[in-house]
Amino acid sequence: MNKLQNLSKGIIKENPVLVLVLGTCPTLATSTSVVNALGMGAAATIVLICSNAVISALRKVIPDKVRIPCYIVLIAGFVTMVQMLVKAFAPALDQSLGIFLPLIVVNCIILGRAEMFANKNTVIDSVLDAVGMGAGFTLALSLMAVIREVFGNGTFLGIEIPVFVDNKISILTMAPGGFFVFGILIAAMNKFAKNKPKKKSFGCDSCPQAAACGRAGAGCGDKAEVSAK
Amino acid sequence: MTKFIVILLSAVFVNNYVLSRFLGICPFLGVSKKLDSATGMSLAVIFVMMMATAATWPIQTFLLDPNGLGYLQTIVFILVIAALVQLVEIVLKRYIPALHQSLGVYLPLITTNCAVLGVTILNVTDYPDDFLSAMVNSFGSGLGFFLAMVMFSGVRSKIESADIPESFKGLPVTLIAASITSLSFLGFGGVVENMFPA
Repeated sequence: MNKLQNLSKGIIKENPVLVLVLGTCPTLATSTSVVNALGMGAAATIVLICSNAVISALRKVIPDKVRIPCYIVLIAGFVTMVQMLVKAFAPALDQSLGIFLPLIVVNCIILGRAEMFANKNTVIDSVLDAVGMGAGFTLALSLMAVIREVFGNGTFLGIEIPVFVDNKISILTMAPGGFFVFGILIAAMNKFAKNKPKKKSFGCDSCPQAAACGRAGAGCGDKAEVSAK
Repeated sequence: MTKFIVILLSAVFVNNYVLSRFLGICPFLGVSKKLDSATGMSLAVIFVMMMATAATWPIQTFLLDPNGLGYLQTIVFILVIAALVQLVEIVLKRYIPALHQSLGVYLPLITTNCAVLGVTILNVTDYPDDFLSAMVNSFGSGLGFFLAMVMFSGVRSKIESADIPESFKGLPVTLIAASITSLSFLGFGGVVENMFPA
């Protein structure tokens, strides 16, 4: 696989949110406004680039058996750094992201890329992969945020939009709206994607911890669900 | 006493972790397909949430805060949770094999469940000087997770037999169903405040 593909595959073909369905929690929770979505996307991307780079640099040093704990410690370290930076330079963003900033540690995208890509590839490839995946995450998050903010709140980046502001569908900014918009987006992705993304079963196959937990969840094992075809 | 009931009811219904706060969505969508796995997973979550709060709250209050190490919170908490889950698994396997049979398989999954890390962090921010409230809150949050999982596994067994458009098959229709389930929890807004006026 060449370098350009490593970079670009994260954006559409293997979009971490819409195709691989990783990192659902922050996607649903922080997509209520475009500013939050961009902030969350940027924070996660920085952590992803740093962790992918370091993990792939250390891939020959880290013993295979304890790799997951090692990854988690590395990731937690980077998350703490980002957390301190955001607290210092963007306190408003820190307020609105709240709990979801420290929760980047358990974001499946980051651990997933470490497990699936960074521990098998060179540093440069891993960084490119991280940039692509981060961009894909930010893009999907912003897309959802645009829909939810424009229709739900009648604003875009905080600026009121004439017609929409009088016809708010407030439910879109609340919890049910998040699930709904996300569902519709994935359905649209299934329908209109140019070369149909291979339908991934949602369960152990797409879960980065599959190896660690040995496909533990009973509901996890059966793939029949999505790959009905 | 009223204080604890308010905390418990708010955590279960009003601020339901899955359906209102979007924490722990992965297991909610991944393991809710069958009722027995949903029950097993959520019992394990209740257990781990309480254990994790019992371990992390004193660490934050008596170790990190007095020494000005509050910024290490994220790293310390995730490590404590990971170690704790391993420990619980080993102890269960050795002494209560029956329980390990039913809960054990879900334990490793929980380490990186964001609801568990979320509840420990929220507990030290929301109840910095009240350990009992923190414990009640973590029990309530676990119970809320349990409720959402069990309800949703019922909803999903109905979807299985429904005729849905091709592009909605699988995850999209599950999310739409989750949206409607979460709509029902929206109705609990303000209930607790009005039941127990301050």
